[in-house]
Amino acid sequence: MDIVLQQLVNGLTLGSVYGLIAIGYTMVYGIIGMINFAHGDVYMVSAYITAIAIALLTFFGIESFPIIIIGTLFLTVAVTGAYGWVIERIAYRPLRNSSRLSVLISAIGMSLILQNYVQLSQGANQQGVPTLLTGAIRFTVGDGFVQITYMKLLILFISLLGMGVLTYVIQKTKLGRMCRATQQDRKMASILGIDTDKVISTVFVIGAMMAALAGVLVTLDYGAFDFYVGFIIGIKAFTAAVLGGIGSLPGAMLGGLILGLSEALFAGLISSDYKDVFSFSLLVLILIIRPSGLLGKPEVEKV
Amino acid sequence: MSQSVGINFKKSSIDALVAGFLALILFGPIVGVLLDGYGFSAEFGRVAWMVAIVVVGRFVMSCFFQTEKGVAMAFRYANNDEGATVLSPNHKSKMVWIIPLVILVGLLVPFVASKYVLTVVILGLIYVLLGLGLNIVVGLAGLLDLGFVGFYAIGAYGLALGYENLGLGFWSMLPIAALLAAFAGAILGFPVLRMHGDYLAIVTLGFGEIIRLILTNWASFTHGPNGVSAPLPTLFGLEFKRRSKDGETFHEFFNLPYDSAYKYMFIYLILFAVVWAVLFIKHRLVKMPIGRAWEALREDEVACRSLGLNHVLVKLSAFMLGASTGGLAGVFFATYQGFVNPSSFTFFESALILAIVVLGGMGSTLGVVIAAFCLTVLPEMLREFAEYRVLMFGILMVVMMIWKPRGIVRVTRTGFAARKGAVK
Repeated sequence: MDIVLQQLVNGLTLGSVYGLIAIGYTMVYGIIGMINFAHGDVYMVSAYITAIAIALLTFFGIESFPIIIIGTLFLTVAVTGAYGWVIERIAYRPLRNSSRLSVLISAIGMSLILQNYVQLSQGANQQGVPTLLTGAIRFTVGDGFVQITYMKLLILFISLLGMGVLTYVIQKTKLGRMCRATQQDRKMASILGIDTDKVISTVFVIGAMMAALAGVLVTLDYGAFDFYVGFIIGIKAFTAAVLGGIGSLPGAMLGGLILGLSEALFAGLISSDYKDVFSFSLLVLILIIRPSGLLGKPEVEKV
Repeated sequence: MSQSVGINFKKSSIDALVAGFLALILFGPIVGVLLDGYGFSAEFGRVAWMVAIVVVGRFVMSCFFQTEKGVAMAFRYANNDEGATVLSPNHKSKMVWIIPLVILVGLLVPFVASKYVLTVVILGLIYVLLGLGLNIVVGLAGLLDLGFVGFYAIGAYGLALGYENLGLGFWSMLPIAALLAAFAGAILGFPVLRMHGDYLAIVTLGFGEIIRLILTNWASFTHGPNGVSAPLPTLFGLEFKRRSKDGETFHEFFNLPYDSAYKYMFIYLILFAVVWAVLFIKHRLVKMPIGRAWEALREDEVACRSLGLNHVLVKLSAFMLGASTGGLAGVFFATYQGFVNPSSFTFFESALILAIVVLGGMGSTLGVVIAAFCLTVLPEMLREFAEYRVLMFGILMVVMMIWKPRGIVRVTRTGFAARKGAVK
């Protein structure tokens, strides 16, 4: 019983992280219909920037935890957002009118570039950050206990906050209206005076920023990372996006939570060696049974 | 176009400065601050170099695209997604002379080359096989398969585990591995191929990882990360080892002194024959209705389905054929290494094979053969740049897609004309 509850707690935080990254996939897919393969590696870049920001802030003698975490969040989100913009500008915009296969291959190329670029400049070794936030809340359940670390609570709080802000931006602001219009019909939106190229850039930046939030939180919690972390988590976040219905923003968050919970339960109760296999198999199963996902609309191909 | 005679240096300078500022943001932390434990060491020299390169490069580019030549070039690259070059109907291919020559040279290679050169050429040929297999899937049928390495692994482990558990040798596993890989392709492809192409990419990516994870974790069957040894091919029962437990070895039978190069010569000759067989089969298939259906489906799926093509079956045939070629390549890889372990089958291998297809040209056989040799033999020669290999592949993919999405070697096709005396 306590294992199940503990895994539910772990799964909830894991799922909210998947949800944050899945937002990047789902928004980009919704707006230009491509899978941004480099998104997982944008997350990986943000993990490095987190460590660098923490190292810099401590170097300048800042000790208090709230300032470090706010400074790290701000720096990482800003720099990662710039990465998102540049990636779109270099690798995707010149291919706006090419075949989907070309864009996909270009994205894979971009993903390789990012991995190798980080590996070359930071070395192939695993890196880490110091544990900044310790302590936990414990509940006794039956014979065992369930532990919720403060870090897990922080992850939940910040990711829910991030999703909330994003939902507000998309639903209520002018920028969000422009995004939604472009998603529904790009040609019509540009006729009505929306600079669709700019909107697409913005979407990439938003996606990268959300991935950066996840990058900061996971890095702070988990501590260690290397240049290869983006690959697996990228596929899982994509699975979450597909599960929730690709193109749907609430779907990405819901899909992330469901995937995180089921993966944590699988790892805790059945086998942690095969938890990645479980997630990939889940992806294949969803695509076979319900390719439009939980909240997505079925795709109709028009000539 | 004609009024843009002068170059607006002010605009170019602003472009360059903006690019430089962005480069500073991007490279500043990652390149400039080298993590070292929980501390760091500053490497601002590297950042300065990179920013300078970006600023100068952007300035030159911005100036160039304002000249008439640049405008013309930008226009040309914006519209270069055309299909095959069509030759005149009575075009005579020079290949009639080149192919026998290549075969002749290829047959001479093992007898003149050193052992090291021979091993590099074998590796090159294995990648030719992989490239040809993936080219059927990506190049001809337009299905992006990112888990191709999974089929490669099935072939390689098929040989190793088949020998260990069932006592099957190289010759029996060669066809069985191809069938196994094709079967795996069918199981994977059948449900997924109904869907949009992009999903296929990610599902195959997941499949490749699943295969690797199973090979790593299922230690009781696959021996996990330690790997399994694989048998060498035999020549009518003659083994290529120094001593044989049962029967004679090759060098004893022919009264030759033992030389470990014999086995590579033999593998090379079989591989050479298989590559030519695959080349021939592919060459014929492309001209057959099924090959035309693949290409038609790649160009316009909706139109094809409207005309009554069963898109799932057509795609599945390409997918299985590609997979079986991958399986064949895996068998050769295992016997060539004498040993397989999961670390040979990472996503990087899939990316390398994809780079071969992208560089060689979608659907172009000649291009893939050349690209496979370039991308495997060149890194072997330029060992000191080995760590930049992946970066180069990535840049190659992006640049090729922007610059020449159809690859270096364009697909050519002989045109049709009415026969003499046919009713017009």
